[in-house]
Amino acid sequence: MNLHAIRAIYRFEMARTGRTLMQSIASPVLSTSLYFIVFGAAIGSRMGEVDGVHYGAFIIPGLIMLTLLTESISNASFGIYLPKWSGTIYELLSAPVSWIEVVIGYVGAAATKSVILGLLILVTARFFVAYEIAHPFWMVGFLALTAVTFSLFGFIIGIWADGFEKLQVIPLMIVTPLTFLGGSFYSINMLPPLWQKIALFNPVVYLVSGFRWSFYGVSDVNAALSFGMTCAFLAVCLFAVWWIFRTGYKLRN
Amino acid sequence: MEPVIRITGLSKTYKSGFAALRNIDLEIRRGEIFALLGPNGAGKTTLISVICGIVNPTTGTVLADGHDIVRDYRASRSAIGLVPQELSTDAFETVWATVNFSRGLFGKPRDHALVEKILRDLSLWDKKDSKIMTLSGGMKRRVMIAKALSHEPSILFLDEPTAGVDVELRRDMWNLVRGLRERGTTIILTTHYIEEAEEMADRIGVISKGELILVEDKTQLMRKLGKKQLTLQLQAPLAAIPAELAGYPLELSADGQELVYTFDTQGEHTGIAGLLRRLTDHGIDFKDLHSSESSLEEIFVSLVRTNA
Ligand SMILES: Nc1ncnc2c1ncn2[C@@H]1O[C@H](COP(=O)(O)OP(=O)(O)OP(=O)(O)O)[C@@H](O)[C@H]1O
Ligand SMILES: [Mg+2]
Repeated sequence: MNLHAIRAIYRFEMARTGRTLMQSIASPVLSTSLYFIVFGAAIGSRMGEVDGVHYGAFIIPGLIMLTLLTESISNASFGIYLPKWSGTIYELLSAPVSWIEVVIGYVGAAATKSVILGLLILVTARFFVAYEIAHPFWMVGFLALTAVTFSLFGFIIGIWADGFEKLQVIPLMIVTPLTFLGGSFYSINMLPPLWQKIALFNPVVYLVSGFRWSFYGVSDVNAALSFGMTCAFLAVCLFAVWWIFRTGYKLRN
Repeated sequence: MEPVIRITGLSKTYKSGFAALRNIDLEIRRGEIFALLGPNGAGKTTLISVICGIVNPTTGTVLADGHDIVRDYRASRSAIGLVPQELSTDAFETVWATVNFSRGLFGKPRDHALVEKILRDLSLWDKKDSKIMTLSGGMKRRVMIAKALSHEPSILFLDEPTAGVDVELRRDMWNLVRGLRERGTTIILTTHYIEEAEEMADRIGVISKGELILVEDKTQLMRKLGKKQLTLQLQAPLAAIPAELAGYPLELSADGQELVYTFDTQGEHTGIAGLLRRLTDHGIDFKDLHSSESSLEEIFVSLVRTNA
């Protein structure tokens, strides 16, 4: 294991985050604050409780997930796309590193940033609504697991993409709709029965549901199932990355 | 001595179906400077990219520093430093950060004294805190060299190191290469400047259309093929070469206006003085004369032409 390489990549990526601190930290925090003001304070005050939780508090886990998914994907995909685009990837390809070290470095940095962001939003939420966390250990667990999984997914997108548009298309066209339809702002029990069934095909439902359970002890689907589904997606992504480096897909001619 | 790089039966066919390398066999000796020459698109960069792990070979094997570049890539790549042909650097990083990054990536612990020395040697020390995007092109090339040297490789690839570089930097580069060689580093460079190969290299390989058509010691190559010609422009045309000059390798142009004398540059006596005396003795007057060397360049051009 080339630990020096992992450290070098991780530091490099964290430094990149540091240089763009404003857009990488401030803007998600700001936009989530706006959600809290609009949905939590303004509209939420006129809404009833959902699953016994005040609406403003109910949306916190979903909002964090929303940011976590989009930020993990965009960070990790950009992190690996940038050297591909600028040509500096030659160094990574000619270095004595295996895919494991590359992934730990890039995905680790992207996930770290997402977790920090998630926690920041959690703190920000405190200014708008009161909430408690029933299972803090599982809360952090879901946060980290989701950050890692979706950073890995973003990493794959970054390798696959051969233009800036492609980099945007999956987060925009697939992830954002899935997140909005995944019960970030409502319980899927509020949907008509048919849509409840369809919603179960949406992986984000499991993420949001599991995460919400760690806060309030209530969930749309079983928390263990949520955990299992997230792990399964992580395994699929790991396999894809392993395959990419084995075949050199889009990396080595 | 074990060669430091051993290439056997190496071919590369790109996905497009283009065969960029055809059955290359080549051994690089430890500690030598090897110049790879060839016209644009010959396959020089492809060959280097395969050895460094950037391009997958289609067939064949490569051992670098005794390690298979595919099976034992960690060991082989640790020994190799690469300065690619294209200038590609991280725009927002500082010089200091990027060179230290390279060292870490290649699995070496931090060594600030060593990085400082490399930067000083490349006249980059006063730029160490500058963002790379604020540097000039030549400076960026120095940064790429510093990155390649940061993990103390025993084999260094320089893919057209002096393309688009000013005289001073080129001289610095040559000095650097010589200094590295003295410390035992093997250097493989590609270049389009023949004088550079002539000046620097111990051995020369010529690649054309993906085939290695020649590998030879530079001095031997020059001796074997290095001839000089003296051309005399005569006052009055000659009908034939006078019998008294038959002993000299002379040729008369079709119009009888020019006399061409071919001689060996490596010979002790060129025989020019004697020839000129003889000519005066026989009343053959000339209005002008010039000598030309069949340089490596001519050798190279004629080689590539015959291969075409
Ligand atoms: N990724 C690729 N896909 C298909 N063909 C390629 C690819 N990269 C290079 N080639 C082709 O392979 C041939 C060899 O290219 P290479 O870059 O190795 O040449 P070179 O000798 O380094 O030339 P130059 O002196 O211009 O740098 C060229 O014809 C080039 O078009
Ligand atoms: Mg080239």
